[in-house]
Amino acid sequence: MTAHSFALPVIIFTTFWGLVGIAGPWFVPKGPNRGVIITMLVATAVCCYLFWLIAILAQLNPLFGPQLKNETIWYVRFLWE
Amino acid sequence: MGSLFRSETMCLAQLFLQSGTAYECLSALGEKGLVQFRDLNQNVSSFQRKFVGEVKRCEELERILVYLVQEINRADIPLPEGEASPPAPPLKQVLEMQEQLQKLEVELREVTKNKEKLRKNLLELIEYTHMLRVTKTFVKRNVEFEPTYEEFPSLESDSLLDYSCMQRLGAKLGFVSGLINQGKVEAFEKMLWRVCKGYTIVSYAELDESLEDPETGEVIKWYVFLISFWGEQIGHKVKKICDCYHCHVYPYPNTAEERREIQEGLNTRIQDLYTVLHKTEDYLRQVLCKAAESVYSRVIQVKKMKAIYHMLNMCSFDVTNKCLIAEVWCPEADLQDLRRALEEGSRESGATIPSFMNIIPTKETPPTRIRTNKFTEGFQNIVDAYGVGSYREVNPALFTIITFPFLFAVMFGDFGHGFVMFLFALLLVLNENHPRLNQSQEIMRMFFNGRYILLLMGLFSVYTGLIYNDCFSKSVNLFGSGWNVSAMYSSSHPPAEHKKMVLWNDSVVRHNSILQLDPSIPGVFRGPYPLGIDPIWNLATNRLTFLNSFKMKMSVILGIIHMTFGVILGIFNHLHFRKKFNIYLVSIPELLFMLCIFGYLIFMIFYKWLVFSAETSRVAPSILIEFINMFLFPASKTSGLYTGQSGYTLIRKDSEEEVSLLGSQDIEEGNHQVEDGCREMACEEFNFGEILMTQVIHSIEYCLGCISNTASYLRLWALSLAHAQLSDVLWAMLMRVGLRVDTTYGVLLLLPVIALFAVLTIFILLIMEGLSAFLHAIRLHWVEFQNKFYVGAGTKFVPFSFSLLSSKFNNDDSVA
Repeated sequence: MTAHSFALPVIIFTTFWGLVGIAGPWFVPKGPNRGVIITMLVATAVCCYLFWLIAILAQLNPLFGPQLKNETIWYVRFLWE
Repeated sequence: MGSLFRSETMCLAQLFLQSGTAYECLSALGEKGLVQFRDLNQNVSSFQRKFVGEVKRCEELERILVYLVQEINRADIPLPEGEASPPAPPLKQVLEMQEQLQKLEVELREVTKNKEKLRKNLLELIEYTHMLRVTKTFVKRNVEFEPTYEEFPSLESDSLLDYSCMQRLGAKLGFVSGLINQGKVEAFEKMLWRVCKGYTIVSYAELDESLEDPETGEVIKWYVFLISFWGEQIGHKVKKICDCYHCHVYPYPNTAEERREIQEGLNTRIQDLYTVLHKTEDYLRQVLCKAAESVYSRVIQVKKMKAIYHMLNMCSFDVTNKCLIAEVWCPEADLQDLRRALEEGSRESGATIPSFMNIIPTKETPPTRIRTNKFTEGFQNIVDAYGVGSYREVNPALFTIITFPFLFAVMFGDFGHGFVMFLFALLLVLNENHPRLNQSQEIMRMFFNGRYILLLMGLFSVYTGLIYNDCFSKSVNLFGSGWNVSAMYSSSHPPAEHKKMVLWNDSVVRHNSILQLDPSIPGVFRGPYPLGIDPIWNLATNRLTFLNSFKMKMSVILGIIHMTFGVILGIFNHLHFRKKFNIYLVSIPELLFMLCIFGYLIFMIFYKWLVFSAETSRVAPSILIEFINMFLFPASKTSGLYTGQSGYTLIRKDSEEEVSLLGSQDIEEGNHQVEDGCREMACEEFNFGEILMTQVIHSIEYCLGCISNTASYLRLWALSLAHAQLSDVLWAMLMRVGLRVDTTYGVLLLLPVIALFAVLTIFILLIMEGLSAFLHAIRLHWVEFQNKFYVGAGTKFVPFSFSLLSSKFNNDDSVA
């Protein structure tokens, strides 16, 4: 329905998780838990970015489309488009 | 400084405790909880140790305190629990405390006994009064004629069966009166009739109020009876039968005068007894109240004392018999604190010679000590449940903090359920200082201890729910779907292109109940949905075909990355334990094997996603078939993913096999060189055969394990599918039924439907599925991740600390 670009979400998410995982550790205050918090930030950034990336890459070039019931087709045609 | 990456360095220290200061030093150490004591008297039984007498004394005090607490609870006096825990009592106070407690116990027992006696007495008197009152009514009928009695001719010599004399009028009447239990009245009457053959008159009446039986303490109904009989023999028999039926027999007054006298006397006695009983109960309560104030601190003091004596029992005496020697494991970071604690203890006991410590070198493996705070404790417990890490080994708990909730969330991914879980965990975390949560029972305790884990699990589940686009089984359309239905209609395209594509029009749509969108037609697919799965898939009937392919590939990718990370952590272990050869001979071949085969699989997955699209979908090869062909080299070659693929597979596979086999065998040779740098306590004899076997087994295990573990990660797909389907079914069966009814009473129907939906969501989807995903995430960590690098053969450091003693004193296992 709406044209989605591929480059824009990639840029946005890469910068976001890059900030969390690469820039974030510089701002963690010194204390006994510094190592733990830095590890947590980096691991979260890696896991979440990877998960999102897999989801968008899997839909980038779909080999087949969704099968819809004809009622759904009418509904989608008139309500979403 | 303690870090979570590795356990801390420990050292073995010897403490020299002067006999005067030993108790105080240990008390100071126990308050701080720094060191773990080693048992130096292991071959001595517990009855032969030095401080057995003191331990017995402590146990005696504990017994008295338990009795006190029992009595206080019975009297319903509230027990205040102090906030601060008092220190262990100094030795001078101990004797005094013991005397005090013993005196208190004796007094309490005496007073309680007296009270019981008084109450029993009182009950008997009350029964007597009732009996007198009721029997008055019996005899009232006959009170007009006061028969004159003849003296009975002595019948003692007569046989018991000769009752013909009794038939004479005016024979002497005897009376037996008392109370009998309601249940026994019938049997009593029958027995009397059978034995005395009608020579007794029994009258009885029920007592209106139920009285307490002085012996058993139950409140039951009583019957007052009056038996009038002729003859001594009958009298004996009646009395025996009364005894037999446990009746309470009271002397019966012969005249009305006597009766009145007895009643007055009874009344005064009852009044007196009431007063005395009252006073006794007051006194008892007073004593208990006073004791209740200090009972709590006494219990803790006695516990601490007992713990100190247990530890003292583990120390040995030195040659001069004046100094106790203790061996302790102490983290190197805490050595300063240990010295300070010893000084403090020496100072408190006022000894001239202070106790001191000395570090001794050792080749034994120290216990593993990892400093955790309330957040990391939960995750460390998860790892420790599998096995406590070996000394100075890399600690997987540091990474488990994030990977465990993440893998859980991949299997649980639902925005709504994750949010509910997050709220629940937030509630627990914000109220963690509430005293009632600390002392709750088993199951609640488990949830409470894992509150931070639940919090992270809920948070990650919200994120994966967003990506899976699943909220209580419904999808959210935030950005507009990338699939365009109108473009499938022939009216959207110029007529010139109609011949190349299969297009729809209104009649096609009306007559076919299911139609599939074709992404190769321009305009149908307009780009991937930017955040997660496109919402149109929730409306599609072939939703699972797409999702299965996506989730399986995702599981394999995540699994391989997780396992590769585990192998890399193993490199850190080898570096730390100075076994560099292991890196070249074990880790590098392992990495090569994993990456060349499964890393290549990941590459193929990404390649197919990026390169093949709807136009080339007809020729898109199946990754699985290509992967298997890599090993089978079939005669008919399928078209590969890319040109030159076949060449690559050949080269890579052969070289890779050689490296892995070489690697395993070189390990034994490598071990030759390690003898010089050997740091083991008893230098093991270098056994080539053994090492060869171990390494061959390890190689085979690793290679086969790689394949099976990768497949095992497919449970990420399986569980997320199960969760999504369960959630879908619940919605379809409940909410849709409730929402479809649109008459006026539909609103009333919707309310119980929503309630049922909420209850089932919580019990089935949150609790059952949550537990299931939790379990599988743990399994993935314990087996697939940790067997790449973790040995887990260590012992846990358990310091001598008073805070580890149970702080509750009204539970049954108070005897530590």
